[in-house]
This record gives sequence, structure tokens and C-alpha cells, in this order.
Amino acid sequence: MNQLAAPNPPKSRPPRRRRAEKRATSLFANGEPMVWLTGGALAIATVMIAVLLGLVLFEGLPTFWPGPIVEVELADGRRLAGELAAEERFVLEPKALADLPEARRAQAEREIETEGGVRRRMLRTGNYELTGTHFEWANDSDIVGESKPEWMLVVERLDDGRFYGVPRAVTVDGVRTEGDPATVWDLASAQHDEVRERWERGRTLKNETIGAIHARIEGARLRAREIELENGVDSPQAAEARAAADAIATAAESEFREVQAEINKLQERNKGYSVELETASGARRMITLEEIVRAFAPNRLSLTERLGVYVSRASEFLLDAPRQANSEGGVYPAIFGTVLMTLIMALLVVPFGVLAALYLREYARPGPIVSAVRIAINNLAGVPSIVFGVFGLGFFCYIVGAGVDEALFAAKLPTPTYGKGGLLWASLTLALLTLPVVIVPTEEALASVPGSMREGSYACGATKWQTIWRIVLPRAMPGIMTGMILALARGAGEVAPLMLVGAVKFAPDLPLDGAAPFLHPERSFMHLGFHIYDIGFQSQNSEAAKPMVFTTTLLLIALVVLLNVLAIWIRARLRRRFQGNTL
Amino acid sequence: MTEIARKPTLAQYELTPQPRKSASPPSMNGAPSISGRVFQAIAANEPFTAEVHAGLANEEHVLEIERFDLWYGASRALHSITMPVPKGKVTALIGPSGCGKSTLLRSVNRMNDLIDSVRIEGEMRLSGDSIYAPGQDVIELRKRIGMVFQKPNPFPMSIFENVVYSLRIDGERDKRVLAEVCEASLRGASLWDEVKDRLNDSALRLSGGQQQRLCIARAIAAEPEVLLLDEPCSALDPIATARIEDLIDELKGSYSILMVTHNMQQASRTSDFTAFMYLGRLVEYGPTGDIFLQPHLKETEDYISGRFG
Ligand SMILES: Nc1ncnc2c1ncn2[C@@H]1O[C@H](COP(=O)(O)OP(=O)(O)OP(=O)(O)O)[C@@H](O)[C@H]1O
Ligand SMILES: [Mg+2]
Repeated sequence: MNQLAAPNPPKSRPPRRRRAEKRATSLFANGEPMVWLTGGALAIATVMIAVLLGLVLFEGLPTFWPGPIVEVELADGRRLAGELAAEERFVLEPKALADLPEARRAQAEREIETEGGVRRRMLRTGNYELTGTHFEWANDSDIVGESKPEWMLVVERLDDGRFYGVPRAVTVDGVRTEGDPATVWDLASAQHDEVRERWERGRTLKNETIGAIHARIEGARLRAREIELENGVDSPQAAEARAAADAIATAAESEFREVQAEINKLQERNKGYSVELETASGARRMITLEEIVRAFAPNRLSLTERLGVYVSRASEFLLDAPRQANSEGGVYPAIFGTVLMTLIMALLVVPFGVLAALYLREYARPGPIVSAVRIAINNLAGVPSIVFGVFGLGFFCYIVGAGVDEALFAAKLPTPTYGKGGLLWASLTLALLTLPVVIVPTEEALASVPGSMREGSYACGATKWQTIWRIVLPRAMPGIMTGMILALARGAGEVAPLMLVGAVKFAPDLPLDGAAPFLHPERSFMHLGFHIYDIGFQSQNSEAAKPMVFTTTLLLIALVVLLNVLAIWIRARLRRRFQGNTL
Repeated sequence: MTEIARKPTLAQYELTPQPRKSASPPSMNGAPSISGRVFQAIAANEPFTAEVHAGLANEEHVLEIERFDLWYGASRALHSITMPVPKGKVTALIGPSGCGKSTLLRSVNRMNDLIDSVRIEGEMRLSGDSIYAPGQDVIELRKRIGMVFQKPNPFPMSIFENVVYSLRIDGERDKRVLAEVCEASLRGASLWDEVKDRLNDSALRLSGGQQQRLCIARAIAAEPEVLLLDEPCSALDPIATARIEDLIDELKGSYSILMVTHNMQQASRTSDFTAFMYLGRLVEYGPTGDIFLQPHLKETEDYISGRFG
């Protein structure tokens, strides 16, 4: 500037050269570094997301793949058989190294030299009731022999985890047959479906029929209790009701005995079917066919058969209830609970948030109070979610829920009905949590409805509400859907508050079933997010549950993506409808 | 063309404290030179009576505006406008930008109620009913007045729903009635042939000119007593403009039309009466032929011929 301001600069030369120089040197002037900076930031963000997804996919997808079974003989004479679960290298202590016999020591030393350590592998050896452990490490330096036994079976059971062994004998309807593994296993497989069917029937009888009988007895008792509460314990009506309840209970009792007898018969029958397995260490054990969920000899499987096992396991994962303290089996109740809770939350939060946004944007007179409310709503989004959980527990469960129990379910007290965590309270808590997520985009969408459209509507003689209902809301619908999508994503992935207001490790009943009134909003439910936490950190067999953590995470991500894609699809349709070709 | 009436004058004018009936003329410092006695008088905020031609007295009037004033906050936009609008005729409002044409138009159906800062004084009557009477139902009033805005503003719904909007908000459900009104209105707006096969398409997918005709169809669907058109052709190409002008010609007779335009040819072609406004005042008002061929005031002539100085 000073130079330019100087009187009569020598004709044009110095300033011009300066500017030319500057243009050539100033990187910032032409923005090249900013392109790199912004592009780099985006690239890092993208890479992080890709790595996250990649990791979850890499760890989660192979969970159901049946790996080969390895049998090793250790120097101390023990024999281990199992699926390969992990592998690492470590440096042997000098003393341990010195103790090794010559040949294996040389080998170990060479490996330490070249590979940085001796390999050790973790085998999933199962057979928990015999060995007290599910996994076992095997150092290569201790291994004297290794094989892949053809007939070593992996047996997935209802309890106690997996069993690894070779079939030696089979009992069919009480008749025991010994023989080579192939014949034994053929015989056992032929019976398995039938046995499982009987077991399934017994389970249904136990869960549904007996459950219904219990519900009837309980219902009669509750009615009697209600009448007692209404008319006094000593009133004739109460006595009558009690008598009626007793009659129902007696009638049910005989019915109950009948069903129980049938169940016992099924169980008795199934006891005659079992298979005897010999473990790698030579121990033998009888396993009833009934408790076998799935069994196969991995080392004999072709690729397509492996694929079949994979599909079978995956579908069990998606469609069945968990067993084995959640470390095995499926997550269907958790999927169900997550979806249902998220949908109820959306049903609650979207209308509520839209109404609130409507008032804020359309009716409230702009001023400090409205601004303060708006800021408060925005800040609500930053409140740690566990705080909402505490609020939900304290307010919904203990105050509202207790009040509801007092008023409507007095007969059941002191057992709480609504006065504890449950689907409804969880949905409400999350609805509160996601309220700002709905309000903010909705308000933006409302604000972006052109004033000319509103004026046109008013000029036609529409009232304010007619204008909002017919013009503003349809036009703002895509924005409202955006809010809903964000709320869905946020709500489906939230865990911390749910632990306080209703998500449980295991829920025997789904919150939606065939028994009236079909939707049971007071029931506790399972949730994928909580399930991940549970199997990851609360499982006593955490090593076996680890792959499930990733698989369940994968599923949760897929679920959230699915919900979002659905909502985005609806939004795109609405957009086409309400905003013409300006997509 | 309208250069001279731009901001400086207006801004200076708006700053005049308590403008209404202020006796002392504001200073003329910095004001651009305005030729003509009348403009000077107006700029100086002197009392001034509009030149209303005698021909108007013989007409039957659908809308009567009497000594109407309007303020946006502290700034006054309309000064004691007295202007009867003949029934069944087309009346054009002309005048430089910012002179208050839209404001006057929006006052007729009380669209200005939507702006908090607006304050009015004076009287307007629609077929004898006072528009600003305290008990007047604004919603009912607006149903008697159709309005088409400068920019087409179709609603985010189908063409059909757009046209029958005013019936819908009245709760009309009868499909036959709706279909009849839709067809009649679209024919009235000479849009029927173009859209009859896609009445259920989004109205937002129509072209600008079609959208404007749709807005006209929407306005006439309610069979209003008065149709207010605020520069209906300003966003249109010459062909669409010609169609809308034809349309106005056709609507004349069955509807009373009050129309704002910046296009002198349009005013002279389509209107029966023309009102010339300047800085919130009505300057001259009379039959279009007289205004264009033998205006009483030199200022009107200057404005119409594009000579302001
Ligand atoms: N909402 C508003 N708030 C405050 N002042 C306004 C508002 N609308 C218009 N005005 C002012 O009122 C005056 C008249 O505006 P109006 O829109 O009536 O002009 P116009 O004659 O229609 O102009 P144009 O030909 O450009 O459309 C202008 O000075 C304008 O700035
Ligand atoms: Mg205007």
C-alpha cells in the first residue's frame, strides 16, 4: 500500500515485478493448499468410516464359518482337539527354551530368529463339563504330533457350549449300537430330526399351553383380588370371587397335569436317543440327541456343505432366541425389541416434535423467550444420554409407572406392572432424547416454505391452520422426514439409557405376541445394543462370545442402515410429490 | 424509465418524522430535481388532491377506497387514497417502483394484516361492506376477493387440488362439483387444453407461464367479486403475456379486475380505467383512453411517455 501511495513511483516497474513474484510464490493465493487440506480431512473421515466398517465386516462375517478341527498331541501327553480360534507369536522364556529337547529347541530358536517368536494357537476345545474350559493354548514348541481327524464332530448343544468328539456308539430307542463313526453317525443323524421335533413340541407345550393355563389361574386370582380391593376382603362378593378363582384353579390343575404328563412322555421318549462321543483325550461321554442343536464333522465337509452350515447358523442367529447365556444361538428377540422400540419411539417423537416445532415457528411470537426455548432445545441434544436414562427411570418408571400401577393394576401389587423398566418407558425416554433431533430440522423445513405459498393460501381465504395443514406441512414433509431419519438412527443405536429403563439381558416373552392385548408395552425387552454390551462384557464365556460381538454389531449397523434407507426412500418419494422437479 | 423515482427520494421521504399531515415541508436537500409542480408538491409532502376524471362517476363501483392511509411502522406508504373501482371493468394501477401499488392491492384483501408493523386509517368497501370494519371476518372477506401474485405461487399439490383449493377449505367434498369447477376455472384461465390429461401431476412441474395461469384459475374458482392482479405478467415471456392479456380481456365483464402493471402497452391494451400513483398518492385516475391520450396532468403524460424530466 505504502509503495502504491508513494508519489510518482518509477514508471510501473517495481510494483509490477512485486506482484508477479507474489503470484508465483503465494500458495495460499490460488488456494492449492486449501484443496489439499479440505480434501485430506474428507479423506481421513472416509477412511475411518471404511476401516470401521471393514473391521466389523472382517470380524463379524466369518463367525458362522465352520473352520477345520485340529488335533494336536503335546509333549506332556495331553491331546487337544478343537477349532482354531486365534494365533500369535511369543518369545519363550530362556528356561522354558532350555528345557526343550534338542530337536524342538533348535526349531524354536530358528523361529524366534526369523519370525520373532514361537507360534502358539488357541483352540476352541469345548467339552466344558470335562475340562472346565472352553479354550486352550497350544505352543508349537510343545507339539509332537498334529492331525486333522476326519470324524471329529463339533456338537452345538443347548447347554454347556460345544462338544468335540468322535462318535463311537449310538442308542436308538434304548438300543445301543457300537461301530465305526460313519455308521454310528448315520444312525444318529437319521433320528435327530424326529427327536428335535419332539423336543420342540414339548417346549411349545411348556411355554404356550402351560403358560396359558398359568395366565388363566393368575387372571382369576387377580379378578378376585380386585373384587376384594373394591368390596373388602370379608364381603360376600369377595368370597364368591375367591371361590370362582379356586374353581378355575382346580379345573386348570387337572388340565395342567394332563399337559405335564404329555411333556413327560415326550421327554421320556427322547431319553432313549443318544450318542456316545470320544474326546481327543480318550474320555467318553453320552449326549442325548435332544440337546444337540447342530452337529457335523467339519473336516469331512465340502465347500457347499460348509456354506450350508454357515447359512444354517446365520439363520439361527437371525431367527432364534439366544441360548448359553447369549453366547450362542440367535438374537431374534433383540432384533425384534430394537425395531419395535425404535418404531414406537418414532411414533411418539415425530408428532410431538412436529407440534412443538410448529408452535415455535408458526405461532410463537419471535422474541427472547422463543430464542431461549430454541437454545434450550438445541442444548438438549448435547445432554449425555445416561442422564435421560436416569430421568426415565426416576420419572416414568417410579412416578408415572407407579401411579399407573396404583390406579389400574392394584391387584398385582406389590409386583410392579408399569412401575419398572419396560418397552413404553424406554420408547418414551428415547423419544425425549431424540426430540431436538426432530424439532431442529422440522423448524428449518417450516422456515423454508416460501412465504409466497402461505400468502397464496391466505389469499384464497384459508385460515392459519388450514394453511399449515394443507400447504406448510406437506411442503415441509421431507424436512420432517429428515428429522425422523436422524431420530431413528440415534434412537436405534442408543444403549446407555435403555439399561435403566427396560432393556434386559434376556426376556422370556416378546413384547408383541398372540396373547391379548398383543402389544405389551410394560414388558422388558431385549435390545441389540445392550446385547452387544452384554455378550462383550458380561458373558462368562467371553472368548466364545467375542465373534458374536462383531456379528451383532454388524447386524445393528445393518438394521440402522435399513431403517434409514427406508425412511430416505419415503422422503425421496415425498419430495418428488411436493417439490416438483427441483429435487 | 422510472429511474428518477428510485430510492433517494423515497428514503428521504420515509425519514420525514410523523409524516401524516405534517405542516412544515421537509427540507429538499439532496433530493433529485423533479420536474412538475405536482411531483414537487408530493415530494414536499404538501396537501394534494388527485385528479379524478368525471367519467368514473357514471360507473357502478364494486370497490370503494376512501381516504385510505397505510404505515409500515413509522414510514407511510399510502397517503389518503380515494379511488372507486368500477364493476365489471379492468382497472390498471401504474406508477414508479415503490410507489405503493402492491401495498394498495394487498390492502384490499387485508393481506397486510400478516405484517405486524402495518397500521391503517381510512375506509374501504367491497360492494358496500366495510372491509376494515371491526367485526369483519377476514377469512370470509378474502373468499370474495381473488388475488394473483407477481410471482406464480402454485401450492405443492396436484394441478386439480390447486384449482379447487378454495372449495376444499370450504369443506366441499362432492367430486362432481369439484371436477366441474376445476374444468370451468381451467378453461377460464385457458389452461384446460394443456393440462386436462395430467390433472393429478404436481403443479410445480408446470412452466412458469402455466403456473401463472393456474394461479388465475385458482383465483377465479371461488368466483370472487374482485380479482386483484399484481403484475401478473412480469415473469412471463411475450407469448405467455399475450395469453394472459387475452385472458383478462375474456374475464372482463364477469369479473371486476384491479391490476398492477409496469407495462404501459399492457395497461393501454387491456384496461378500461387507469390510475397513476406516485409516492403513495393517487395522482390521476380516469378512463384509460383519456389517461393515455389526453391526461389532465403533465406529470402523467411524462410518466406514460417515459419522459420524467
Ligand atoms: N413489508 C414491508 N415492510 C416495510 N415496508 C414495506 C413493506 N412492503 C413494502 N414496503 C414499502 O412500502 C413502499 C411501497 O411498496 P410496494 O411494494 O407497494 O411498491 P410497488 O408500487 O408495488 O413497487 P413495485 O412496482 O416495485 O412492485 C415501498 O417503499 C416499500 O419499501
Ligand atoms: Mg409491487
